[in-house]
Amino acid sequence: MKRLLILGAGTAGTMAANRLHKALPDDWQITVVDNDPIHVYQPGLLFIPFGTYTRRDVTKQRKKYLAKGINSILGAIDLVEPDQNQVRLVDGTVLKYDQLVIATGTSVQPGETKHLTDDASASLVHQFYTLDGAEALAKTLSDWPGGKLLVHITEMPIKCPVAPLEFSFLADSFFRDKGIRDKVDITYVTPLTGAFTKPVASKYLGEMLSDRQINVETDFYVEHIDSRGAGSGRLVSFDERELEFDLLVTVPINMGAEYIERSGLGDELRHVPVNKHSMLSNAYNNIFAIGDASNLPTSKAGSVAHFAVELLEQNFLQHIQGQPMTHEFDGHANCFIESGGGKASLIDFNYNTEPLPGTYPFPKIGPFHLLGESRLNHQGKLGFRWAYWNLLLPGRNFFISPTMSMSGKTPASELDLEQDSAPQSPDTESEIPVPTF
Amino acid sequence: MPTITIASSDIEVNDEGFMTKYDEWNDEIGEALAANIGLTLTPEHWEVIRFLREDFASQGETATLRRVSTLGGKPTKTLFKLFPKKPAKKMSYIAGLPKPQGCV
Repeated sequence: MKRLLILGAGTAGTMAANRLHKALPDDWQITVVDNDPIHVYQPGLLFIPFGTYTRRDVTKQRKKYLAKGINSILGAIDLVEPDQNQVRLVDGTVLKYDQLVIATGTSVQPGETKHLTDDASASLVHQFYTLDGAEALAKTLSDWPGGKLLVHITEMPIKCPVAPLEFSFLADSFFRDKGIRDKVDITYVTPLTGAFTKPVASKYLGEMLSDRQINVETDFYVEHIDSRGAGSGRLVSFDERELEFDLLVTVPINMGAEYIERSGLGDELRHVPVNKHSMLSNAYNNIFAIGDASNLPTSKAGSVAHFAVELLEQNFLQHIQGQPMTHEFDGHANCFIESGGGKASLIDFNYNTEPLPGTYPFPKIGPFHLLGESRLNHQGKLGFRWAYWNLLLPGRNFFISPTMSMSGKTPASELDLEQDSAPQSPDTESEIPVPTF
Repeated sequence: MPTITIASSDIEVNDEGFMTKYDEWNDEIGEALAANIGLTLTPEHWEVIRFLREDFASQGETATLRRVSTLGGKPTKTLFKLFPKKPAKKMSYIAGLPKPQGCV
């Protein structure tokens, strides 16, 4: 028997296990290791702080979503020993492999940011990237009287980079519904130079923030959080800006699993460097890293994991035959963006093409709108939860191509964009342009 | 891509003024680019610039602030002192490298 070992049974690991279980010849045995028996539907965490979803809506038994015939082990990973082709678990178990797939994701690390705190301030600082965190925030929000709210990103990359924007839009809507929007001052605080990373989407999403009277503080690189004493706190940047808050919803830095660092497999954020088209490790010819655990230069998002895994399946079959891998992943990402009031927007992009307006997946017909708010987009986002459990995790084929299509999109060159940030090119060859920092 | 003359060398830059060819850079160009944005390079600046140059050569992309602080041994606070306000952009500009990958 040949052994495929998959570390992590989240979105990427579960999909990869199920798809490869169907695709691989009978002489392959697949084993999946995860240290938590519960699978969390992570896109649903966004809705918990506002009481739309509860824990029950976003959790299932992990094992139930792995096909029969896949060997599932509950255990914590201690070390990968690539030179021995084996993985050690904390309980002493040693698992040998012929091929290894790392899919242990990335997670928030609040301890990486200096936080001056005391007991009185426990409810001032929150995050919603874990189930416990999202629930604690729901409790605080349920009777929060209003004040200064900061929605803050510590450092990129983060899982689901649009989630903090969505949180801001939903918070605006939530406070309006409660009739206290006039008592809440919302500021979106980001280390980026705008609302989002790419120009067209950044402009569009920036306008959505200003339409909702949400302030934006850009280029903010947090040095420490100070929430000592009851009442209010301060977010302090390296360039010594100070923002006061009565409630801070922060997205702590995201890092890969600790065993990746112990095993010498990670970069400075414990993400595994891989070839961005094949997901094969740069260091070892029988190790792949997929989903958020990898350093793929695209969004850390379930949709990316989904598209990448479809291509991984085909590449993996070639790789074990000793053939070159020909199914190149293009960084395709696709995210609904909840905008509040029962509407949502949608973006679709890849390594080379930024999010653009248009219709999706079909030209003119849609039915979804790219970079445009609609109720149908919102229905799509809510309906996706069913598709996640019933189509995506089992590895059934979607109608969406794993690589991005320009069909239905308006090219950036045809858009009327104010290029206010681009500096002038020099008129003569001798003039030295000064960048606008 | 415009070509400019700086420190007696012809170099290619992009629309934002960042150099586009790794091998066209030298120390004098680094000094001149720094001067262009109002910085005078001290030995401590040079440690950062050298780290960025070497890291780019091995990794094929510009190190982020975190990478410079974790692997290059310069705390983020120091980087903000050396390259005020926008350290990631300023240090890559001076080192003749692309801006660090805008995160995605």
